[in-house]
Amino acid sequence: MSAVQMTSRRGWGSNRDLRGWSFVAPFLAVFALVFLAPIVYALYLSLYREQAFFGGKTFVGIDNYVDVFTDGKFWDGALRVLLFLLVQVPIMLGLALTAALAIDSGRLSGARMFRLVIFLPYAVPGVVAVLMWGYMYGTSFGLAGDLNDLLGTALRPLGGDWILASIGNIVTWEFVGYNMLIFYSALRTVPEDLYEAAALDGAGPLRTVLSIKIPALRGAIVIATIFSIIGSFQLFNEPNILRNLVPNVINTNYTPNMYAYNLSFGGQQYNYSATVAIVMGLLTAVIAYVVQLRGSREAL
Amino acid sequence: MTVSAQKAADRGNRTRAQAGGRTTRTTSPLRPGRSRLLTGLMVLYLVYTLIPLVWLVISTTKTQPDLLSTPGLAPGHSFALFANIKETLTYRDGIFLRWFANTLLYVVVGAGGATLLATAAGYGLAKYKFPGRRAVFAVVLGATAIPPTALAVPTFLMFSGMGLTNTVWAIIVPSLVSPFGLYLMWVYAAEAVPQELLEAARIDGASEFRIFWTVALRLLAPGIVTVLLFAVVSTWNNYFLPLIMLSKPNLYPLTVGLTQWSNQAHGAGADPVYNLVVTGALLTIIPLIVVFFLLQRFWQSGLSAGSVKQ
Repeated sequence: MSAVQMTSRRGWGSNRDLRGWSFVAPFLAVFALVFLAPIVYALYLSLYREQAFFGGKTFVGIDNYVDVFTDGKFWDGALRVLLFLLVQVPIMLGLALTAALAIDSGRLSGARMFRLVIFLPYAVPGVVAVLMWGYMYGTSFGLAGDLNDLLGTALRPLGGDWILASIGNIVTWEFVGYNMLIFYSALRTVPEDLYEAAALDGAGPLRTVLSIKIPALRGAIVIATIFSIIGSFQLFNEPNILRNLVPNVINTNYTPNMYAYNLSFGGQQYNYSATVAIVMGLLTAVIAYVVQLRGSREAL
Repeated sequence: MTVSAQKAADRGNRTRAQAGGRTTRTTSPLRPGRSRLLTGLMVLYLVYTLIPLVWLVISTTKTQPDLLSTPGLAPGHSFALFANIKETLTYRDGIFLRWFANTLLYVVVGAGGATLLATAAGYGLAKYKFPGRRAVFAVVLGATAIPPTALAVPTFLMFSGMGLTNTVWAIIVPSLVSPFGLYLMWVYAAEAVPQELLEAARIDGASEFRIFWTVALRLLAPGIVTVLLFAVVSTWNNYFLPLIMLSKPNLYPLTVGLTQWSNQAHGAGADPVYNLVVTGALLTIIPLIVVFFLLQRFWQSGLSAGSVKQ
């Protein structure tokens, strides 16, 4: 008996350290290779500049960073994704929250079916979603063309005025279900007696939503917001694939990620491209951190 | 005993409420009547969700001329689904099947390996107290805040220097790391594997690895399926990484291959194959949707385990 307790106590002691590491080490080895090494390498690259004529590279300190911060093309894309996230993220999370609350309310017929179908687009590869919507947006053989024929309108979802909203629609379609599921899962963990207590206090459905459900969802909302912000800043697949349909509407620096990609693979400017990637990563991290701080401060 | 009785009573109420009658228990605020307005609004959203998929299914039954000449949601002049499938599978010496096989390889090795590594590491972090444990956790979680695409260019340059670009390893190795999977397994292992059970196995003289393999894995199974499912989805849908790492069409996964087919409708020597793109798209979606339907229970429970701890 006491031997068991001894072992048990020692089980959390120092003699098992190496065994714990042996479980974690394989993950960490690959993690170091595909996460840490590229970060370090990108930092290294960002401090150098290619020599156009002599070959080789020279150390330039923070010159690349200064260039990025004064680069109109970079800011053009950065402001565009900022505008995108300010509009698209609230719409998407609002829809997801509404759907989760509706499904959780017990006031829907066939709630289970709604949950499944709304989640369905998450299983559709982003590339396929963009191709589908891209074709549907087309005025020649897409649904937009059909609608124009039917209503006599002149909708051009792939035109310059609408393209950002059209991209927002694709992203919303893809990710409402995923966020809905996060919110719904969090709602299921609210203890039943909390609702019963609220009902005893005479709280109606709206009051229950505002005073119990939304506060219970706060953590999930913060997480979903952070993931969505990171996703918006990374915007690449949708504009890059649509660009093939409308090359004149979407330019090569439409989003910072497309800019970094095209600098590398179109222009061979690897050092500057790495700098753009780092600045974007930092901006994303700062904004995600601020959201998290705000989220947890309101928790107190 | 009382808990299960309570649950049974709840279930009874719910069934009655779903059957249309109001529950007799007036104290329960949780089984209100159904709302037609709410159901109607949700149906609208459902239609929005389904329209692209319905459009896709209808489009796969059309010939290329019909795709261009008939309304998107109306059937074509002939039913060309099987001809389209056959053409998709045989076009350019059956390259689509090659892409399908590549995708399977990347998913099986990449997502399978990611799940194995995340499970072992999550278990290690949850069940052993070793120095540096907190640091591991902070670094891995902190790394998730870095956009993967920000790392893509340096990763490409690094892999290029190591001679890994244009090999399957360029896709598989980065897929092996799932910080989200690690987090989920850590949370899950902390609760699903009782410390006493591990101690009992140790007294029986089992090695740590054997304990993990024979005792812990079974208890971790539901969490493992969830992590595997999300790893499969992200590997199956992977586009950016293969786009930059691979230039040989032979190594493409479905996502990159399909966009290439779509792109050949434009530019010099344009050769539009819209009917093949939509059919290929449908064939790409179906396996994942089937998996999701079969494994519903797991992704739902797994997500809630994650959100509780957040």
